Amino acid sequence: MQGLSPRAVRGLAYATPTAVLVTVFFLLPLLLVGQMSLSDWPLLAGDRGINTPENFTDATDSTLFWPAVRFTLLYTVIVTVVLLGLALLLALLVQESRPGAGFFRTVYFLPGALGLASASLLFWGLYSPATGPLSRILEKLGLVDDPVSFLGTPTSALLSTVFLIVWKFAGFYMLILLVGLQGIPHEVYEAARMDGASRAQIFRRITLPLLRPSIALTLLLCVTGSLLAFDQFFILTKGGPDNSTVTVVQLIYREAFQRLNLGTAAALSIIVLAVLLLLNALQFRGLRRADES
Amino acid sequence: MGSTTGPPGRRRRRVTVAVALLAAASLVTACGSGDDGSGDGGGGEAGAGAAKGTDDGATLTMWTRAATRPQSEALVKAYNASHENKVELTVVPTDDYQAKVGAAAGSKDLPDLFASDVVFVPNYTSSGLFADLTERIDALPFADDLAQSHIKAGTYEDKKYVVPHTLDLSVLFYNKDLYRKAKLDPEKPPASLAEWDAQARAVDKLGGGVDGTFFGGNCGGCGVFTWWPSIWAAGDEVLNEEGTAATLDSATAEQVYAAYRGWVRDDIVAPGARDETGTTWTGVFPKGKVGVMPMPSTTLGLMPKDLDLGVAPIPGPDGGRSTFVGGDAIGISATSKSADQAWNFLAWSLDDTAQIDVVAAHKDVVARTDLASNKHSKADPRLVTINQLVADGRTPYALKFGQTFNDPNGPWLTLMRDAVFGDASKVKKDNEAVSASLAD
Repeated sequence: MQGLSPRAVRGLAYATPTAVLVTVFFLLPLLLVGQMSLSDWPLLAGDRGINTPENFTDATDSTLFWPAVRFTLLYTVIVTVVLLGLALLLALLVQESRPGAGFFRTVYFLPGALGLASASLLFWGLYSPATGPLSRILEKLGLVDDPVSFLGTPTSALLSTVFLIVWKFAGFYMLILLVGLQGIPHEVYEAARMDGASRAQIFRRITLPLLRPSIALTLLLCVTGSLLAFDQFFILTKGGPDNSTVTVVQLIYREAFQRLNLGTAAALSIIVLAVLLLLNALQFRGLRRADES
Repeated sequence: MGSTTGPPGRRRRRVTVAVALLAAASLVTACGSGDDGSGDGGGGEAGAGAAKGTDDGATLTMWTRAATRPQSEALVKAYNASHENKVELTVVPTDDYQAKVGAAAGSKDLPDLFASDVVFVPNYTSSGLFADLTERIDALPFADDLAQSHIKAGTYEDKKYVVPHTLDLSVLFYNKDLYRKAKLDPEKPPASLAEWDAQARAVDKLGGGVDGTFFGGNCGGCGVFTWWPSIWAAGDEVLNEEGTAATLDSATAEQVYAAYRGWVRDDIVAPGARDETGTTWTGVFPKGKVGVMPMPSTTLGLMPKDLDLGVAPIPGPDGGRSTFVGGDAIGISATSKSADQAWNFLAWSLDDTAQIDVVAAHKDVVARTDLASNKHSKADPRLVTINQLVADGRTPYALKFGQTFNDPNGPWLTLMRDAVFGDASKVKKDNEAVSASLAD
């Protein structure tokens, strides 16, 4: 430690715990996944030597790979549009401190306090044609004639899952946007109103531009989260019906634990990681530009 | 129970002669031998250490999947109450079991004993996760009476690695009350697929929320378990000997699919069959609104008391009978340091006392064909029906079984759904995909 000033030593001491944590829980596993992706590595037998690039070609040659990529992207687009639109609407609704606003904020946020797996199980029960109440209620109300199969067709399975995700996360994204909304100074609105701006004009010219950092953040979280979708489909649809709702992460799980091949599973993980890094880099650049403007 | 089986030195493996001597001795005293065979001491006891394992107060760890929890728990409880050794049972959610075993195998953290769905056993034996039990199994006086389909599934390169732990057979359950209401003879269950079809349709006519039959239409494992027996019953095969190619597009198979397809088309099945992923498929029959359907034999003891149900073998298109001998097989992990103690549990779990007083008493299928008829089954003729089926049944063998048949995104489920709900002309192509996955 000779050439170091006491200040630098102290700095290192502060940084060490984090560095150790990052190394043990992030860097080392990442290196291990990297090694797995290059090796023939059956789940039950362990490392069996180099297997490059077969792991990658096997993973992408699977008949489910491109449909899964397509489905994951479609799901991401739908969820992001619906979720962020609704979250913004909710945030605008409960933004002012009217009587009852606190109550509604809590109500909207409440589903977010539930774990995703538990929420999925809850909806699985609600959707179930054998035991679930939803279909029966709709029938009693006379809205439908036959029992509704919420997860029975590709479209209904996708929409039912989107509904669950929107229900679960709208409150959470509302909260982020609410913080952004309340960060906009009142004076700006007052000035606009004095200048005779309409409600629509205020929203488009003031609220949206000033909310951009918050929107960018929710966009980043929502897109990343949707691309990594797993729990909800694993529990609700298991990729069905007829492989119509298989996401990329489900493929990783399938390679590892159904096909017992950690090598191809790791190769898929590396591909997903690369795509996510690229996407996040792009989004961060967009975010930074928003800050500058 | 005051059993002092001896010093740890006994853990040494005995020579084959002693094993053979004991096997002969046990044959004579099999009926009378107690639960741990340690009461009387004497000359025979010297060999007992090897064939019956060691009972010296060791703590054994054991894993099983949630699907067979009641059976495992009952056995472990009875063993712990009568032995010095103590088995600590961990029940793992069924869907996570493979992953958990895989992870533990990687880090050499497997428990002393672990059970497995018998169709996955070849994955574990071929990866060397189980210890070789050939000598110990062959030394059992009732070795030839053990459910052979389980033993076969656990044999790899002529070595035996597992013994049957829980047997789960697919059988037809039929609701006698509904049969009476539909003017069917409640003592005449279907003897062929055609009769099954006619009876299901007759019950379905009752209406008022009553349906003819039910099956898990989005569940590959259910299809394997309940459809294949109909194919076997006609004397046909579904897989080749090595488990590397399938003939699931045979004429017999097509006949079976056609029956199910007809039930779906004419709405004879209870609602939800198309979406049923296997989580709740056994929960439909106990509600008493379904006429006749294949069910796992392990659910017999869990049926409501007031449900008057009959049990029959699954028939083929023109008669015959077969069953899928599923359930769990169990072995000692290759890394276990207490193999002799673990074997003590396994040997005990298969002897007369455990099989009759624990397994049969819980209305479960005994693991030995020589005990098919016992004091509990005599009180319930349905149990005799099931127990006798073990000899007619099969356990398919394939190294790539899980990824081909159980995987919800695997090729077999596509075949099932095309055959019954979708485009039936695709079955031939789907069968090729199944074969490709098996040979993968």
